[in-house]
Amino acid sequence: MAHSAVPSSAPVAVTPLSLKELAPWALFVGVLMLVLLYLVGAEQGATAVFQGDTIHEWMHDGRHLLGFPCH
Amino acid sequence: MNPISPRVLLIRGMLAGLLAGVAAFLVAYVLGESKVDAAIAIEEAGAAAAHEHAEEGPVSRALQATAGLGTGTLLYGVALGGIAALVFCYALGRLGRFGPRATAALVSGGLFLTVNLVPFLKYPANPPAVGDPDTVVRRTTLFVLMIALSLLLAAGALILGRRLAPSLGNWNASVVASLGFVVTVGIAYALLPGINEVPADFPAALIWQFRLASLGIQVALWTTFGLAFGFLAERAIAPAAAPQEAVQPTS
Repeated sequence: MAHSAVPSSAPVAVTPLSLKELAPWALFVGVLMLVLLYLVGAEQGATAVFQGDTIHEWMHDGRHLLGFPCH
Repeated sequence: MNPISPRVLLIRGMLAGLLAGVAAFLVAYVLGESKVDAAIAIEEAGAAAAHEHAEEGPVSRALQATAGLGTGTLLYGVALGGIAALVFCYALGRLGRFGPRATAALVSGGLFLTVNLVPFLKYPANPPAVGDPDTVVRRTTLFVLMIALSLLLAAGALILGRRLAPSLGNWNASVVASLGFVVTVGIAYALLPGINEVPADFPAALIWQFRLASLGIQVALWTTFGLAFGFLAERAIAPAAAPQEAVQPTS
C-alpha cells in the first residue's frame, strides 16, 4: 500500500495531455481567440477589415483601459 | 488513455474568462471611466481652444462607457480565458507536482506577467488625448511585438529552468531562469524604441491614475480567472483522477 506507481506527494495524479490530442484544439481555439482579441484591440485602428469606425468607437473605452493603442 | 478532454477544459476556461471579464468590467467602470472622461474633457478643451468643432462620434459617450466597455472587457476575458485554458491543458502534469488549482494559478500569474505586465512597463496604457493618430500603426506593431517577445523570452526561461533543474535543483534553477528572463527583458526594453506622446501640458496625476486603473483591471481579470478556472478545472479533473486513487489500496 505504501509503495505505488503514483508519487505519494502528488495531490492528484494527472497524466499530461498528449500534444497530438491537444494540437487540433490549440489551432482551432487559438485562432478563434486571436481573432476575438484583434476585434477588441485593433480593428479599425491600426488596420481595418470592415469599413467605417463603428467597431473602433464601440470598443473605444475598453481599448484605452485594456492598454491597446487606440488612436 | 487520458480521460480528461481538452474540450471540457476549454469551455470552462472561456466560462472563467467570462467571469474574469465581468470583474474587469466592474473595475474598469468604477476606477477607469472617470479617468477616461477627464482625459476627454481635456481633449475637447484643447479642440475648443483651437476653434475646432468637437465632432460627435457614431457611438455616444454613455454607450461607450457602459455597453461598449462591457463588450470589450467581456470579449477580452473570454479570449484570454480560452488561450489560458490551452496553456493550462499543456502545462497540467508537466509543471512538476502541481495539482489543477496550483497549475491554474501559475498559468494565470505567468500570463499576467508576460502578456500584460512586461509589455505594460515598456508601452503603458494611454488615456484619450494622448497619442498621435498618425503613429497608431507603429505603436500597435511595437505593442504586439513586445508581447510576442515577452512570451518568447518567458518560454526560453522555462526551457532553461527545466534544463538546469537536474543539476542545480528546482529552486536554484528557477532563480537562474527568472534572472535570465529579467535580464533579456531589460535588453529588449533598451533596444526597442520608446514611445512618449504625452502632451507637455497633460496632467501627470491623471496619466498615473489612468495607468494604475489599467493595471488594476488586468490584476482583477487574472486573479478572478485563476481562482475561478482553478475551481472549475479541478472539478472537471477530479472524477478522472478518482479511479486511480480507488485502485491503490487493492494493489
